[in-house]
Amino acid sequence: MDTNDVKISTKDVQVYYGDNHAIKDVSVEIEDKTVTAFIGPSGCGKSTFLRCINRMNDTIDVCRVKGDIRIDSEDIYDPKVDPVQLRAKVGMVFQKPNPFPKSIYDNVAYGPRIHGLAKNKADLDDIVENALRRGAIWDEVKDRLQAPGTGLSGGQQQRLCIARAVATEPEVLLMDEPCSALDPIATAQVEELIDELRKNYSVVIVTHSMQQAARVSQKTAFFHLGNLVEYGETSTIFTNPVDPRTESYITGRIG
Amino acid sequence: MTDTSMTPADASKKKSSLLAQDARTRKRNAAETRFRMYGMAAIAVGLLFLVFLFASILRSGLPAFTQTVVNIEFVLTKEQFDKAESKMLKTGEYQKIFISALTEQLEASGLDVDFDNKAIQRLVGKPGGTIRSFFLENPDRIGTPVSFELAASSRVDGYLNGRITRDTLVDSRFLMATDLDLVDALKEVDVIQSAFNWNFITGTDSGVDNPGGAGLGASVIGSFFMMLVVLFLSLPIGVAASIYLEEFAPKNRWTDLIEVNISNLAAVPSIVFGILGLAVFIQFAGLPQSAPLVGGLVLTLMTLPTIIISTRASLAAVPPSIRDAALGVGASKMQSVFHHVLPLAMPGILTGTIIGLAQALGETAPLLLIGMVGYVAREYPETFAGGFTDANSAMPAQIYTWASRADPGFYEKAWGGIIILLLFLITMNAIAVVLRRRFERRW
Ligand SMILES: Nc1ncnc2c1ncn2[C@@H]1O[C@H](COP(=O)(O)OP(=O)(O)O)[C@@H](O)[C@H]1O
Ligand SMILES: [Mg+2]
Repeated sequence: MDTNDVKISTKDVQVYYGDNHAIKDVSVEIEDKTVTAFIGPSGCGKSTFLRCINRMNDTIDVCRVKGDIRIDSEDIYDPKVDPVQLRAKVGMVFQKPNPFPKSIYDNVAYGPRIHGLAKNKADLDDIVENALRRGAIWDEVKDRLQAPGTGLSGGQQQRLCIARAVATEPEVLLMDEPCSALDPIATAQVEELIDELRKNYSVVIVTHSMQQAARVSQKTAFFHLGNLVEYGETSTIFTNPVDPRTESYITGRIG
Repeated sequence: MTDTSMTPADASKKKSSLLAQDARTRKRNAAETRFRMYGMAAIAVGLLFLVFLFASILRSGLPAFTQTVVNIEFVLTKEQFDKAESKMLKTGEYQKIFISALTEQLEASGLDVDFDNKAIQRLVGKPGGTIRSFFLENPDRIGTPVSFELAASSRVDGYLNGRITRDTLVDSRFLMATDLDLVDALKEVDVIQSAFNWNFITGTDSGVDNPGGAGLGASVIGSFFMMLVVLFLSLPIGVAASIYLEEFAPKNRWTDLIEVNISNLAAVPSIVFGILGLAVFIQFAGLPQSAPLVGGLVLTLMTLPTIIISTRASLAAVPPSIRDAALGVGASKMQSVFHHVLPLAMPGILTGTIIGLAQALGETAPLLLIGMVGYVAREYPETFAGGFTDANSAMPAQIYTWASRADPGFYEKAWGGIIILLLFLITMNAIAVVLRRRFERRW
C-alpha cells in the first residue's frame, strides 16, 4: 500500500459534555483516499470524535471541543470557519438511515440545490444520477425517482443517504456505524460501496464490528474510555497489536 | 411422554396445559375485561351527555329559524290609493284597507271572527306603514294583486310553537286571550304561516322589545373581523416565537423562565385578558370601544400561548434525525428548519391554530370588558376598514346579550345563535381535519 497525503490531522483534542470528559488527548493523522476505521467498546467516544470532524457537536449545547483539528492544514475550529460550509465539504452518514420524507430525487438533489451546484435542471439530473450511481443504488431506483425515499428498504435507504452525502461533492465522508441497522446482505453491499468510495474520498467509518473494520479499512484506530489507544495499519492492529488493551478487545475479552 | 402423564392432576403439578388457563391468567384476563367495561361505560356516558346537549340545543334553538308570517293578498285600486293619500293619517287608512282584505278572506272561507284595529296591531304591529311604502315605491303595482308577508309578533310566534298556551297567557297590551281565536282562524285559512327566518341569519340586532326582528348577521361579521385579526397576528407571532424558542434559543434559565410563563399564560382566566385589553388598548392606546379590532387584539393575547404550546410540541415531535440529515449535507440551521422541520410540523401547527381560533371564537368574558357585550349591533359596517373599527358585537356576546333580555322571545334567539356558533365551530374543526390530512404526507 502506498502512502497517501494527510487529509485530517488532530492534535490533543479534548471533548467535554458538561463535566464528562468524553475525549482525552486524541492526536491522529487521517490519510486521503483511505478508509480509516474507528473501533472500540461502546461509549468510548468514537461517535463523539467523528462528529468533531464536521463540527456536528456544535449542535449539542453542553458539548465543548478543545484542541486542534485541521483539514488540509486549515483549522476547522477557526472562528472564521462557517460550519455550514465545512459540512458541505465533510459529508456524513448516520447510524440510522435518515432519508428526508421526500422523493428519492429530492433527497439527493437537496444538497446540490442549496449549495447551487447545478446550473439547470439537466445539470441537476446528471448530478443526481451520478450520486445515485456512486451510492450503488441507481439501478434499483432509476424507474421510481419520484417515489418516497422512506419507502425503500433499510439497506437501500442507507445507500440513498450515502448518495445524498456524495452529491454535494465532499472530500471527506464520515460514517457512524452505517451498517448497524442493516441485515448481512445490505451490509455487504454497503461495504463494497465503501471500498469504491475510497478512490475519491477520505472515508472515516465508526464500527463496533471488528470483522467489518478488518474487511473495509486500511487504517484502524482503537479507542478506549475516551483515549486513542492504538492507531496503525489495519493488518498490524489485528494481527500484532502493541497495546494489551487492544489485544484484549480484538480477542473479545473487553467490549 | 406418555398419555398417562397428561392427566389433569399431573398437569396442575408441574407441566401446565396450554388448553386450560391457570389462576393468574384468569385473573389477568378478568382485569382486562373489567377495564374495557369501564372504558366503554365512560364513553357511553360521554356520548349520552353529547346527545342530550345537542337534543336540547336543537329543540330550543330551531324555532328561532322559523318565523310566523301573516300572508295576505289583495288589490289596491287607484281610488283607494288616492283617497288614502289625501287623508291626514295615511298609514291608518292603509291599515283599514288591510283589515277589510283580511275580513274578506275570512268571510270567503266561511269563518266568522270578531277583531278590531288593536287586535291587528297586537298581531302584526302596524302594517299600514309597510303597505304604504311598498305602493309608493311601486306605483305600477296599484290595481294588481299584491301579496304581503308580514312578520307576526313574537307572542303569536310563541303561541304557535307552544311557548305560550291559552292557560299560561296573561292578558296584556301585547296579546289578549281573544286574539288567539283570531290567530287560530287565520291559521285555518293559511293566512298565518310558518316561513324560514332569513332575517335571523342575515339581519341585525333589534331593540329590546322586538325579538322577532332580531338577527345575528352583524355579530357574525363582528366575529369574522375579530378572527381575521387573531389569525393574522397570532399565527405569525406564535409560529415565529415557537421556532425561535424550540430551534434556536439557548437552553438556559431565561428560556426556562419564558417557557414557564407561556404555560402560565395559557391558564390565565380570559377575563384577565379582557381587563388588560381595556387598560392597554382602549384607555392607553385610545382605540375605539366595542371595536372588533380591540376584541381581536385581546383574543390574540389569549390565543398566542395556545398556538405557541401546540407549535412547539409539533416541532419537538419531528425526529432529530431529520435535522441531523439536513445539517449533515451542509444546510444552515434556518434551512434545516424551514425546508424540513416546519413542513413536517405543519399539520400540528395548523390544528393548534384552528383550535386556538375556535376557542377565541367562542370566548365571551374578555369581550364583556371592552364593551362588545350589550352593544346593540343594529348595523353592518359600511366599509372593510370599518369592519375593524366600527363598534360591533360578536356572536357569543350577542348570544349573551339576548339571553339576558327580559322578553322570552329572545331566549329562543339565544339558543338559535348557539346553533349558528356551533355550526361555525364544527366547520372550523372540519377544516382542521382536512388540512391535517392534506399536509400529513408522512411517507
Ligand atoms: N449528546 C450527549 N450529551 C451528553 N453526553 C454524551 C452525548 N453523546 C455522548 N455522550 C457521552 O459521551 C461518551 C461517548 O459517547 P459516544 O461518542 O456516543 O460513544 P460511542 O460512539 O463510542 O459508543 C459517553 O460517555 C456518552 O455518555
Ligand atoms: Mg456511537
